[in-house]
Amino acid sequence: MTIEPFIIKGLLAGVIVALVAGVMGCFVVWRRMAYFGDSLAHSALLGIALGIALGVNHNLSVIMLCSLFALILVWLQQKRIFATDTLLGILAHASLSIGVITISILEQIIDLHSYLFGDILTVGNDQIWWLVVGGGSVLGVLTYNWSSLVLMTIDEDLAQAENVPVARYQMLLMFLMTIVVAISIKIVGILLIASLLIIAPAASRQLSKSPEMMAMIACLIGVISVVIGMYFSFELDTPSGPTIVAALAALFVISFPISRITTKKMRTFLSQNEETRPLS
Amino acid sequence: MTDLITASNITVNRGGKKILDDVSLKVGTSDFITVLGPNGGGKSMLLKCLMGFYAPDQGQVTKANHLKVGYVPQQFSSEHTMPISVLQFLNLRKTLSPNELDKISTETNITDLLHKSLNVLSGGELQRILLARSLIGKPSLLVLDEPAQNLDIAGQLAFYKLLTRIYEQRELTILMVSHDLHMVMATTRRVICLFRHVCCSGEPQVVTKDPEFKTLFGNDMAEMMAVYQHGHKHSHDH
Repeated sequence: MTIEPFIIKGLLAGVIVALVAGVMGCFVVWRRMAYFGDSLAHSALLGIALGIALGVNHNLSVIMLCSLFALILVWLQQKRIFATDTLLGILAHASLSIGVITISILEQIIDLHSYLFGDILTVGNDQIWWLVVGGGSVLGVLTYNWSSLVLMTIDEDLAQAENVPVARYQMLLMFLMTIVVAISIKIVGILLIASLLIIAPAASRQLSKSPEMMAMIACLIGVISVVIGMYFSFELDTPSGPTIVAALAALFVISFPISRITTKKMRTFLSQNEETRPLS
Repeated sequence: MTDLITASNITVNRGGKKILDDVSLKVGTSDFITVLGPNGGGKSMLLKCLMGFYAPDQGQVTKANHLKVGYVPQQFSSEHTMPISVLQFLNLRKTLSPNELDKISTETNITDLLHKSLNVLSGGELQRILLARSLIGKPSLLVLDEPAQNLDIAGQLAFYKLLTRIYEQRELTILMVSHDLHMVMATTRRVICLFRHVCCSGEPQVVTKDPEFKTLFGNDMAEMMAVYQHGHKHSHDH
C-alpha cells in the first residue's frame, strides 16, 4: 500500500496545528480566553469572505480581520459599559452573520461546510508553509516569553512589579490567537477551533505537575487525536474537524481514570518512602 | 537618611473622578509606613504610582537610583487550572541560588511547603510564599498591598509578627496598605491616612488624636485605638 501525498500533507498539517494549539491552549485555559477564542474563530468567516472578495490569501485576511476584532474588543472593554462576554457575543455573531451574507452575495461556489468543519485532506502546499511559518512563530514567541507569561497569568500586578510589560503581553497573546485561528480553519473548521484549544490542555491538566509538563502532554494528546481523527475521517468519510474533536473528547474522558491511577501510584510510592525513612 | 521614593503633588484621574488629589509623600530609608483609609480612597493607586505602574496625571514620582523593590500584591487567587509547585513559582523569572533559597525559606517558614502545589495552600501559607518571593534579590524596599486581608485574626497576628521580624533583621524599608487598624498601630512607625488626599500623617499615637482621623474613621474607632495604644505600651513596660 502506498501512502497518498495528500494524506501525508494532511497529517503534517494536523500535527503542526496540534502542537501549536497544545501550547497556546494552555494559556486559553489558564487565562479563561476560551470564549474569546471561540468568538475570534466565528469572526474569521468574515475574514475569509473579505479575502475571497479582495483576492487576498485567506490566512492573511483572517489574521487582519481578527486583529481588528481584538482591537475593537479592547477598545469597547475600556469603556466598561458591557461585560466582556456580552461584547464578544455581539462581535462574534455579527461578524459571522455578515461573513455568511458576504459569501452568499459573492455568488462564487464556496464549500461553506469545509470552512465550518474543516477539511484536512485538501490541505495544499501553500497552507503547509503558512502552518510551518505561522505555527512556528507562535510556538517560538510563547516559548521565548514563557516564564513572563506564566507569571503574568498567575498575578498581573506581581508581573508588573517585575517590569513585565503586562498590557503589551496581553495584546501579544491576542495576536498569537488570531494566527492560531487563521491556520487552524482548514484543519478543524471555524466552529471547532475553540475546542481544539481547550480539550487537550484540560485533559493534560489532570496529568501534569508543572506548566511546561501540561503544555507538553497537551501537545501529545493533540497529536494522538489528530492521527486517530484523521484515520476515521478518511475511513468513514466524515468531516475532519468533528472527528478530531470527538477523538479529543474521548481522550479527555480517559484522562480521568489515568490521573487517578498515577496519583495513587505516587501516593503509595511516597508512603513507602515515608515508612523506610529513618527516624531523625 | 536618604529618600527612596518621593512623590510630589501627584494627582490621578480615572473616569472623570479624582482618585488621588495632590498627594505628596516621602519614603525614607528604614521607614515603616502604613497607608490607611476607606475603600476607594486611592490606597492601591498610590502604591502603584509610587512603583511606577502608572504615571500620575499631574505631579512627579522620583525614585532613588538602583532602588530594588519587593512587592506583595493585594489579591492573589492561585489559579487552579495551572499546575505549579511553590519552588517553581519562586524561581519564575528569578534565579535563586541554593543559599538564598535556604535563607529565605527559613526566614519565612516555608521550607515544608516548597514541593507542594501552589493551589492547595491556605491563605496564610500563600501570603508567606508571596513574602518570600518579594525578598528574592535583597530588595531595599518592600511594598505590600493589604497583605493580610484574607487571614483570620491569628493569621494576621502571625503575619505582622513575621513582617516586623524581617523588617528588623534585614533593615529594610516597608510601605504597606492595610485595613487592620489595631495591627497597624502596634507594628508601624508612621501612618498616612489617605482619602484621595493625605488627611493626616505621623506616628500612630499622634494620628489617632487628629480630628481628621476621627472624621475618617469615627470617634469610636479613634478612642478604641487610643485605648489599644495605651494597653500596648503598658504591656511593654512590664
